[in-house]
Amino acid sequence: MAMLDIRNLSVRFDTPDGTVTAVNGVSLSLDRGETLGIVGESGSGKSQLAFAVMGLLAKNGRATGSVAFDGREILNAPPAVINPIRAQKIAMVFQDPMTSLNPYMRVSDQMAEVLVHHKGMSKAQALAECVRMLDAVKIPDAAGRVRLFPHEFSGGMRQRVMIAMSLLCRPELLIADEPTTALDVTVQAQIMTLLGDLRRDLGMATILITHDLGVVAGFCERVIVLYGGQIMEQSPTDPLFATPAHPYTRGLLGAIPRVDQEGEELSAIPGSPPNMTRPPKGCPFAPRCAHAGEDCLDHLDPLTEFAPGRFRACNRSLEELA
Amino acid sequence: MFSFVVKRLAVAVPTLLLLIVISFLLMHAAPGGPFTQERALPPQVLANLEAKYGLDQPLWRQLVTYVWGIVAHFDFGPSFIYKDRTVNEIIAQGFPVTLTYGSVSFVVAVIVGVTLGVAAAIRHNSWLDYLAVGISIGAQVLPNFVMAPLLLLTFTWWLGWLPGGGWEDGQWQYMVMPVIALSTSYMASIARLTRASMLEVLTSNHIRTARAKGLPERHVILRHALKPALLPVLSYLGPAFVAMITGSVVVDFFFSTGGIGRAFVDSALNRDYAVMLGITILVGALTVLFNLVVDILYGWIDPKIRY
Repeated sequence: MAMLDIRNLSVRFDTPDGTVTAVNGVSLSLDRGETLGIVGESGSGKSQLAFAVMGLLAKNGRATGSVAFDGREILNAPPAVINPIRAQKIAMVFQDPMTSLNPYMRVSDQMAEVLVHHKGMSKAQALAECVRMLDAVKIPDAAGRVRLFPHEFSGGMRQRVMIAMSLLCRPELLIADEPTTALDVTVQAQIMTLLGDLRRDLGMATILITHDLGVVAGFCERVIVLYGGQIMEQSPTDPLFATPAHPYTRGLLGAIPRVDQEGEELSAIPGSPPNMTRPPKGCPFAPRCAHAGEDCLDHLDPLTEFAPGRFRACNRSLEELA
Repeated sequence: MFSFVVKRLAVAVPTLLLLIVISFLLMHAAPGGPFTQERALPPQVLANLEAKYGLDQPLWRQLVTYVWGIVAHFDFGPSFIYKDRTVNEIIAQGFPVTLTYGSVSFVVAVIVGVTLGVAAAIRHNSWLDYLAVGISIGAQVLPNFVMAPLLLLTFTWWLGWLPGGGWEDGQWQYMVMPVIALSTSYMASIARLTRASMLEVLTSNHIRTARAKGLPERHVILRHALKPALLPVLSYLGPAFVAMITGSVVVDFFFSTGGIGRAFVDSALNRDYAVMLGITILVGALTVLFNLVVDILYGWIDPKIRY
């Protein structure tokens, strides 16, 4: 049985402009210790997918479908069910380390409360464990700095604190929502290396949410490409990069700047993502797709396996795209 | 921190001097004086009175004498209306009263207001929210000069539960109605401020982190959200506290509490220059002091602020 099993998950938001569909019938599953990348541009619904799993949607958000963790339904679960799972089973690292830590509390206090609450540790025990964890995420002089406030750390160090805090209870699944987007490139690389090491050491499954295909390539075993709240392609990582099977994935890969192609104009996908107050009836990518026909505006074929472990949702056959 | 406080207190001195000079000049610029009455006094009598209180001197000399009295002897001069009473005595008699019912009102307003505001925010758009907003709007639009007689009618006239006025060294029966009348509108403002700021804080990223840690909602609100939510409220509380402890003419008038709120208005109507200036300076000094207290509290709540 898969550890995490998401079936037909949709997330909608009631806004003054109408209902926005952020995630539209996504199904996926994840095994223990597996690393999954969820890739998509801004507004593709990738973060909201994670928030729905954690029960962290904004107040105007509604999730439908099913999310089972170890066979237990956790979607829209009451606090008595979801709170023991948060931090202990599923932990999350957020995009912006500048604002995701509580600026009014010492790092020691906000970290220790996790252990005091979930593990019943004493304040002193918890503090010692926090220092150990800060050491593990390679914060120099952890014992001396644990009592500082978040603003006394740099951005990269804050994300390390955030990661350390999320791992305190040794979760079985870590969801990292664009953990490096707010950081500069050298720090990005350090954080991804750190996450990879910790993942191996703790043997936990990881979902990495990002818009950066380069980050996914070095980190994930499997990738899901999300567009307009729907899965466009799902594949083990290497074949996805070698032979992308969806026009959108091809567009994404073509839009990565490469140092070995000097002077060539960077290709971009024309158009912009769909307005999700009126989710398209057919393929969300159709208006921007060079291969789209009339049928694409009308309906989208379901996700189908076209090679072992590889799935795509596209009305055009692979031969037609060639 | 220490040097910050010293600096702020040093700046307070010219501030207060400026306050004294402007109030003094404004008061003297208004036509009439303490001895203007419907039936004019004989010129000789008026001249004698003015000589006694120094009003025959040039204005600048009066000002210098007044300020020197305060600086050198902490003496705010004699009352121009009540013979044999000095301003110091009038303030010493009335201020403890207003300080007492003002402080109690402040504590009540803060506790009820913050509780109401937090409750409304965490039950946003529920009946509790609408009730809390309704109460605070009602409390805000009901002026205390309407509320005070309504309280008197209800609790003294109809129910006979509470004495209709007096102070009696602040026994609780005498305190209930003044405190309700004074605290209500402040309570309403605090509730609305707290609600708005709590609603904003609850959408912030670090609250989402706290929830992701699997902490109970009560813990998230009290440990993580309350402190930042109270920051904007705090800057309102400094001036509000000063306004409350320097009393209210409505409370003093309806409940005969004998505080300086009444004395202040009477002094303005009677042109009792010395009493009016004395209370103005008291309010000014307290305002400076409590703005400083608020700034210090800010530094204590928000670790990013360092003085």
